[in-house]
Amino acid sequence: MEFLGYFGGVFEPVAMMLLLGGTVGGLILGATPGLSPTMAVALLIPFTFQLSPAHGLILLGAAYTSTVAGGAVSAILLKIPGAPANIATALDGHEMAKQGEGARALHLSFLASGIGGVIGVLLLIFLTPVLAQWALAFGPSHLFWMAILGVTLIGSLDSKSFVKGLLSGCIGLWLSTIGYDDMQGVPRFVFADALTGGINIIAALIGLFAIPQVMEMFAKGRRDLAIEQVAVTKHKLSDSIGEIGRSGRALSIGTVIGSIIGLVPGVGGQIAGLVAYDQTRKLSPHKAKFGTGHPEGVIAAESANNAMVGPSLVPLLTLSIPGSPTAAVLLGGLLIHGIFPGGDLFERHPEVIWTFINSMLLGQILMVVFGIWIAASAAKIARAPVPIMAAAVLILAVFGSYSVQQSMGDVYVMLLLGIGMYALEKFGFSAAPLVLGLILGPIAEANFIQGSMIANAMDGPWTYFFGGPLNLLLVALVVGSILYSFLSNRAENAALAKAVEVGE
Amino acid sequence: MKRLLTGLTMALATVAMTGAASAADTYPERPIGVAVSYGAGGATDFQARIVTMVAGNEDLLGQPIYIINKPGAGGRVGWNWLATQADNDGYTMGAYNVPHFIAQSIKGGVKYSAESFEPIANWGEDPAVVVVGKDSEFDSMEDLVAFAKENPGKTTTSGAGLFVGHHIAALQIEKACECKLAYIPTKGGGAAAMKAVIAGDVLAGINNLSDAYRAREAGNVKILGVADVKRNEEFLSDVPTLQEAGLDVDNSSVNYRGLMVPKGTDPAVIKVLAEKVPAMFENSRVAKRMKAGGSPMNVMNREEVQKMWAEREEFLKELLSGL
Repeated sequence: MEFLGYFGGVFEPVAMMLLLGGTVGGLILGATPGLSPTMAVALLIPFTFQLSPAHGLILLGAAYTSTVAGGAVSAILLKIPGAPANIATALDGHEMAKQGEGARALHLSFLASGIGGVIGVLLLIFLTPVLAQWALAFGPSHLFWMAILGVTLIGSLDSKSFVKGLLSGCIGLWLSTIGYDDMQGVPRFVFADALTGGINIIAALIGLFAIPQVMEMFAKGRRDLAIEQVAVTKHKLSDSIGEIGRSGRALSIGTVIGSIIGLVPGVGGQIAGLVAYDQTRKLSPHKAKFGTGHPEGVIAAESANNAMVGPSLVPLLTLSIPGSPTAAVLLGGLLIHGIFPGGDLFERHPEVIWTFINSMLLGQILMVVFGIWIAASAAKIARAPVPIMAAAVLILAVFGSYSVQQSMGDVYVMLLLGIGMYALEKFGFSAAPLVLGLILGPIAEANFIQGSMIANAMDGPWTYFFGGPLNLLLVALVVGSILYSFLSNRAENAALAKAVEVGE
Repeated sequence: MKRLLTGLTMALATVAMTGAASAADTYPERPIGVAVSYGAGGATDFQARIVTMVAGNEDLLGQPIYIINKPGAGGRVGWNWLATQADNDGYTMGAYNVPHFIAQSIKGGVKYSAESFEPIANWGEDPAVVVVGKDSEFDSMEDLVAFAKENPGKTTTSGAGLFVGHHIAALQIEKACECKLAYIPTKGGGAAAMKAVIAGDVLAGINNLSDAYRAREAGNVKILGVADVKRNEEFLSDVPTLQEAGLDVDNSSVNYRGLMVPKGTDPAVIKVLAEKVPAMFENSRVAKRMKAGGSPMNVMNREEVQKMWAEREEFLKELLSGL
């Protein structure tokens, strides 16, 4: 309960202003396509040079918290996920927005973010020493199996057809091999200079999700001139709170998965939202509703990606190892003030570190307040006429993909992927499994190569990749996941065949 | 009509010429970008942001410097971009890491070499060190070498990647001890390589002095030796050099960080930068922040960097020729 003693620091006038500024600024930066939480925090680092260590960290902590949640705004309203963490949010969230339920989706997303986020930070406060050991337990072989576990979701994620899901996943895996191979430095499938760095994940996200949608809107605008307007339903906050209260299952699955996966260095943050979304769907009695604008999808994804924020800082604060790119930037924010993270950080700089953690706790709550405040007006975006909306999304897509590393190459990649995805969607493929392949490919590959190198120096690949309880547990999960997909797919096919017979 | 055209052409030419003449006098007129070949949060990115933070001071460049991250493949992506695509108008600089980019260009498969760039100034000098986990059975370089000699190819040793300073140090150690290590490159730079050591995924690791110093302060690692010709008195005065441990390893793997511009940049612009940038690195606020972060500095001017590049290139050609 030591942290309670340092709450006073957060309520000082300057600290409070920074907290407010960081939260509001973070929401805006997070909602801007192309600005990932990592970039947003990196942009704020120079501002902290002038501040005291505690104040600087308040700003960074608040910004980190709210950029992750802010990404949901563009994911829901524009179907442009701000970062990989928000992919799963776009799946059901944007469908809800299209049906005029944008305000409800935003309410739910911010409430779920807040609840997941607070629990995540509480885990950071109370369980840090235990969690640190857990984060270290993952070596190359475990990370490889984690990535493979993610790959097994591909077939069932947001796809009508199992085979088409797998195929889009394979396209994603192939796309991920483009560029210099990170381990050996060998160029692969590099046909243009813009591809030497591989496909930038943010540019890919924007292209795959936003562009097919823009093309759809333009096509529609040409076909019928009298375009239907979406009636934006007003939504009472009390209803949303009630709905969150009734969605205990989605909320708890999201929070638990987000917290556990968020801890794993290098993998967690990117896939927490997708894994939570997939698990919630599998355990839900209303499986078929997912992907059509089902609120539980938004709740699971958003509670997971904010629950991840607290635990993802555990390896950084206790072991000085940044577990994610954003944590690496935060490490810089600590170092410039001469604060070295490590096991005794909490004894050496208690005032700084507890103020930081407290500000994240309070930041979560402020984020919910401000998020809900803007939700009603933001949801009116759906009322914009289709041609204007299409043009606006296109501009944001170009701006967002350019701003990642100021490269026109990324813009071309974004447009090409988008046009390709438009064609693929016509054949029933979908973007989510493709993106999952794109994210997981490099993780699986690098850890496999690294694991094999270590294994060859030791007792050989079999003992290395299959030895130890954690490896076996992960392998069992992989096998279980494949069996589940296979059996449920067969059951569905059988049911379908029966229905066709009865129909005849 | 013809007269009008001639007049126009002449007017344009005059404008262009005065523009050219005054470009170096008034340089810089707008903010300058620095391409960093590693991701946000990495050591190079972090240090580049600190050493450029006072660029806007009137007595320095008078214009702010902003960072563009072009990460990928151990830096190859960013340096390829700087060599082939960046404008050489003085408004795009790059951060270099020696020996990384020189070693990569010798190894091939990239579009740059030391001749593709013009050095401006050096800010940092980060030697490679040998680290082991805090509970490791190795307490000195002698222990580690003895184990490596008994178990050839079984001493798993992590480092930030292939053909970076850490890899060069590993190659030099192998050559000096006449033993065989198992060098394991990691994706994700020095931080991932350090994690592998702390978690016990590998037996030993080669890492940056600055990061190893922090990890030791946190009680996570033991530092066995510094790959430099002298001890680091500022941060690790108790850690012997590899030479003291009986290994003939010099300072060739030391990671030098500094700024450069693409070939073809106006010599007058280079002159301005070569004069102002070292002063920027020596600014007291910069030095204070760098020291707080545990980042060793060594400011070198353009001539000194040119000499250092040439020496490194010659040495690396010889070391890598056997591979």
